[in-house]
Amino acid sequence: MTAFGKLIRTTAFRLTLAYLFLFALFAASLLGYFAWNTRRLITEQITTTVNGEIAEINNIYTRRGLRGLDSTIRNRSLRPGANLYLVTAPNGTALGGNVASLSPGVMGSSGWSETAYRRLEDQDTGDHRALVYVTQLDNGFRLLVGRDLEERRRLFGIVAHAAQWSLLVVIVLGIGGGIFVARRVLRRIDAMTGTAQRIMAGDLSDRLPVGRSGDELDRLAENLNAMLERIEALMVGLKEVSDNIAHDLKTPLTRLRNRAEEALASSGSEAEYRTALERTIEESDGLIRTFNALLMIARAESGQARGNMDDFDAADVANGIHELYEPLAEDGGMTLRVKTAPVRLHGNRELISQALANLVENAIKYGKPSPAVQPLDAAAATRGREILIEARREGASVLLSVSDHGPGIPEGDRKHAVERFVRLETSRTLPGSGLGLSLASAVATLHGGELRLGDSHPGLTATLAIPALATGADRLAAQTQDVPQKVA
Amino acid sequence: MRLLIIEDDRESADYLVKAFREVGHVADLASDGEEGLSMADGGDYDVLVVDRMLPKRDGLSVIGTLRDKGNRTPVLILSALGQVDDRIKGLRAGGDDYLPKPYSFAELLARVEVLSRRHGGPAEETTYKVGDLELDRLSHRVARGKDELTLQPREFRLLEYLMKHAGQVVTRTMLLENVWDYHFDPQTNVIDVHISRLRSKIDKGFERPLLHTIRGAGYMIRDGIR
Repeated sequence: MTAFGKLIRTTAFRLTLAYLFLFALFAASLLGYFAWNTRRLITEQITTTVNGEIAEINNIYTRRGLRGLDSTIRNRSLRPGANLYLVTAPNGTALGGNVASLSPGVMGSSGWSETAYRRLEDQDTGDHRALVYVTQLDNGFRLLVGRDLEERRRLFGIVAHAAQWSLLVVIVLGIGGGIFVARRVLRRIDAMTGTAQRIMAGDLSDRLPVGRSGDELDRLAENLNAMLERIEALMVGLKEVSDNIAHDLKTPLTRLRNRAEEALASSGSEAEYRTALERTIEESDGLIRTFNALLMIARAESGQARGNMDDFDAADVANGIHELYEPLAEDGGMTLRVKTAPVRLHGNRELISQALANLVENAIKYGKPSPAVQPLDAAAATRGREILIEARREGASVLLSVSDHGPGIPEGDRKHAVERFVRLETSRTLPGSGLGLSLASAVATLHGGELRLGDSHPGLTATLAIPALATGADRLAAQTQDVPQKVA
Repeated sequence: MRLLIIEDDRESADYLVKAFREVGHVADLASDGEEGLSMADGGDYDVLVVDRMLPKRDGLSVIGTLRDKGNRTPVLILSALGQVDDRIKGLRAGGDDYLPKPYSFAELLARVEVLSRRHGGPAEETTYKVGDLELDRLSHRVARGKDELTLQPREFRLLEYLMKHAGQVVTRTMLLENVWDYHFDPQTNVIDVHISRLRSKIDKGFERPLLHTIRGAGYMIRDGIR
């Protein structure tokens, strides 16, 4: 398509054309109305004048006869800018007045008519027109009084002229403006299309240009950019997952294979074979777990689990997880406590429970106070081994947090810690898939919230912040938040 | 116990039939949805093991048709789709239990045995008794011999579930699902810790242990002598 073809096909240009047509129509009707009214006014004025003179002359004729009529006509004919006068005898010969010629037949019919005429004193042969009134006097004499229509014609000419010019200006401005606007829009659309094509070609980091005006195109560009941001994050995630799967799944698979090979090669006892097989099952169970966790994260991140959501109390989830993990924490030499206020939540209960369980498992695994730090007294030692699960409301969010007093995660590492398979150097020696935090983060994101990692001086506070449910029951719960909280 | 396995993957189906026969059950095999439906409809089975994705007729549709016909044989659904919402869909379609692939045979066997017992067994009793251990479901009292035992509410429910399935293997995931109502897979041995606490209350100081660990499968409560 040619550049011009593209231009005239734009919506902006077509809209301009439509407006142009409407404006032209408006201007034409305005001028037309004006012209028609003026013409009517002028005609009215002429008829009034002519009627008046006819009455006057008739009056003179009645009183003073033909002589009086003759002298009156002569007098009036000589005035500057005079009206037209003509008196004819019954045989049709002109007796007096200032008219040299008329359209044929005008004198024959009484009443109003429009006619071409020439004055006696006129030198030119130009075309003049007049509105005349012919009346029958006694004895077959006829009288004509009329007025030139030049004034009316000139006025009409001015209006017609104005109409032509204004139409021209409207058309030029309209088409010019249309092309200007269309080109502006087209340029931006072309820029967007170009970017989109580059993105489709594979450069996902490119973004659409956003202007400063904040108009509808800018808003569209902003939204599309946000969409691209999300797509890019998903693509990066996908790539990371495949890289990490390659690494973290292949390693145990290799171990598995090696073990089976080794068992095959050796001529061991039945007990040895049995051990090899048991370890093989153990290893594959670990693989299945990792695989399940990965699938779950992928599902949570893609938003598929949205279908299975209902309303529940976050405090119940916190209490349930506390109840499940309390003995495990105690076995690990820690104390697991829970502190809850009733907070309603809309979400996937199972996923949120699992996310919280992951945080608690992490705290039990990694939240032991570092041996380098000597507690000041017995109370500090107790506090150091305490893990707190908390469910509360803060503003429009439900916070489900797990705090420990272990070594924590340095601020710079926190963002990194949430990524899949990341196991910080300090924890590499401990068992685990490295998916706990990323699953928790994916669950939070699925619910429109986020996973926050903070400091609990010392230690780590991992918080699932999820938008609260704004229902009547919830507002009630918010009001009763000042009531002393239940501490288990 | 008579079982019908509806599974299209020949190798895993053969493995299941063989494994069930080895532990003394009778297992028949159907390899597509239509065949499975007609066999389940005609034969008198204790439990059906149905793969969710089958040729000719989808597993859930097989179950739905059977239920519509008034067939109440317990069904365990096997599926590669292991997510919570898939499980709920399976149970809504009329399944009684749901096991995601890959599964261990021990887990499948334990669940199938529990299902068959639920179907043919006696009505729910108000008291359970294993050896000299007694549990009263109404008054929430637990006693071993003459000793009254004090259990936490969750310990009570754990024991209740174990005693309800006395003599049967109960796996960790079954406990997590039925006692705690969680369907995720904890990365740690949380259930073992709960069991060891329970064990210290009901078995500690008694000559004969009742709560046994079944290696590679789970737990079982039974009177050792019987």
